[in-house]
Amino acid sequence: MTGPSPGDNLDIKRLRAHHRMMWRIRAFEEQALRGLDDKVVLGAIHPSIGQEAVAAGVTANLAPSDILLSTHRGHGHTLGKGADSTAMMCELLGRVGGNCGGKGGSMHIADFSVGMLGANGVVAANIVIAAGAAHAIKLKREPHVVCCLFGDGAINRGPFLEGLNWAAVFKLPVLFVCEDNGFAATTRTHTMTAGAGAGARARALGLPTFELDGNDVLAVDAATAEAVRAIRAGEGPRFLHARTYRLTGHTGADAATYRSADEVAARRRGEPIGRAAEILGAAGVLSEELAADARAAIEEMRAAYGKALAAPFPPAETAFTDVQDAGDPRREAF
Amino acid sequence: MATATYMEAGRAALAEEMRRDPLVWAVGEDLGRGGVFGQYRGLVEEFGPERISDAPISEAAILGAAVGAAMMGTRPVVEMRFADFALCAMDELVNQAAKARFMFGGQTRVPLVVREPIGMWRSSAAQHSQSLEAWYAHVPGLVVACPSTPADVKGLLKTAIRSDDPVVFMEHKNLWGLTDEVPDGEHLVPFGEARVIRPGRDVTIVSWSAQVHVAVEAARKLAGEGIEVELIDLRTLWPWDKARVLESVEKTGRLLVAHEAVAVAGFGAEVAATIAEHLGQRLKAPVRRLGAPRTLIAYAPPLENAVRVTAPAIVEAVRDMVGRS
Ligand SMILES: Cc1ncc(C[n+]2csc(CCOP(=O)(O)OP(=O)(O)O)c2C)c(N)n1
Repeated sequence: MTGPSPGDNLDIKRLRAHHRMMWRIRAFEEQALRGLDDKVVLGAIHPSIGQEAVAAGVTANLAPSDILLSTHRGHGHTLGKGADSTAMMCELLGRVGGNCGGKGGSMHIADFSVGMLGANGVVAANIVIAAGAAHAIKLKREPHVVCCLFGDGAINRGPFLEGLNWAAVFKLPVLFVCEDNGFAATTRTHTMTAGAGAGARARALGLPTFELDGNDVLAVDAATAEAVRAIRAGEGPRFLHARTYRLTGHTGADAATYRSADEVAARRRGEPIGRAAEILGAAGVLSEELAADARAAIEEMRAAYGKALAAPFPPAETAFTDVQDAGDPRREAF
Repeated sequence: MATATYMEAGRAALAEEMRRDPLVWAVGEDLGRGGVFGQYRGLVEEFGPERISDAPISEAAILGAAVGAAMMGTRPVVEMRFADFALCAMDELVNQAAKARFMFGGQTRVPLVVREPIGMWRSSAAQHSQSLEAWYAHVPGLVVACPSTPADVKGLLKTAIRSDDPVVFMEHKNLWGLTDEVPDGEHLVPFGEARVIRPGRDVTIVSWSAQVHVAVEAARKLAGEGIEVELIDLRTLWPWDKARVLESVEKTGRLLVAHEAVAVAGFGAEVAATIAEHLGQRLKAPVRRLGAPRTLIAYAPPLENAVRVTAPAIVEAVRDMVGRS
């Protein structure tokens, strides 16, 4: 099935909220990339610039008590789930006040207080963990939904098959979202993927699957709404295959020379924030109001960055805490 | 106190913990029919198929799902059938279970138990016979338990289920039928507390799992020759009871570590190095360790036997250490 059509009864307030969220995600990542240039954001940063509609459209349908698991490209998902941008920025800078106390960084960002159970540095690993989180929800007879986002590269790893099979066999409340940007790092995924790809594989395992334009936030929102309704009704897992495009390189350090400037320019014209703005404009929202959304987001992230820069690094002793209860790493070093 | 087999003791521990805590559940292949060795027999009748859950042959999913379910507040007991198959779920154990608490800055815990039966079991050959405990002792975040007796299976499994850390629980396949006394009810063995099986003054032997029983045989033989062995069963490799071993070797001046696993880069090396670092000057003989040669385990019995650490081999090593060979 394709995603349900947003139809004519456009909910301007909701689309405006998506517009704001997409701007917050973009501004966060642009600020993070500047931090990389300033050498205060360290390690690898995987931006999702151009993919914001998936994060915004999907997470808008999750309740605070719902659960989300993400990938190495998870800033947008995490913001969408409700995490605080200052805490996230502190985490990216490895500072006190970061969600993970500076132990995780961008690739392991997590905020359990908003049901965000972690970005994961291992491609596809989150899929089986998500199935297990849903398994626990079912065992405890709780009403929550688990949402698991991953890239198109993840569908070639075993945990994709194992996790989808598991969720389907046990009829678990999971929404799987393949955020298909066409690339797995620097490789065009289709050149390394047999058959018809993500949606076909999910359907083969019996999961009702929505194929949709992942740059159309309304389409993502509508499809997620329908999928989540079915999951909450106890109908088992659902699969969303959302096609999108990342406008930057794979990481902040990747110049993405494996694709032409023309290709990127063409895709830039279909990027999701501009598309949302166009619909809002046509529906009568003033361009100043739209610009204000962008400005507020940029201000928020600049302030977050400033607070993070001012925060201290965590004390070195914390390198030895939160390892495990049994066997203190300081006492038992040798 | 009643007697029970090693297998029954594990089953009793799980059943007691499941009765005590509704968030404890077990998952693995063929559990509904009792598990490969009967460790789960009868449990599905009492607890139902949701809590004694059959799983697809999908080790990564079994362990990965357990990680997710543990982060959501349940306490999964994961059955891997053989330690060898758990290798199909190495990412889930080493990269996910062991790291989640630290990596997420203490926001979560992964209270799961992975049962990974280890050891040689007649003619099971290279893919059903390994003892990989040293691998896990190397991984920060994991607890490693290797019980040698029915009482310890019960006491350590109950502790493991109540632990908030991920625990690799390694039962020895050759011990399933071993019968011994097992305390009833609330019998808990803490992690990191070794058991002195017999006191002695001449040499300390450190061992764990099935090898302990081989060492007992060797110690008896040596006693007949007037050599008094102090035999220590570590019971858990992480944390391990360094204090107890140091105290013993301080007394005896000699240490032999004996284990079934490959000696090279094994846990015996860790124990030996620790003792050498702390007591090197005071030792009466160089520290020794016995383990399997760095080869694979064969199918044919004489080939399989060729890699075993036997009681005569232990006896010979000890005689050598005390200068009586
Ligand atoms: C198991 C594993 N193999 C390789 C990598 C290195 N790696 C990080 S991201 C990535 C590409 C993933 O592509 P995809 O799943 O499509 O996600 P995207 O980066 O496009 O969002 C690779 C190969 C990894 N992190 N994990």
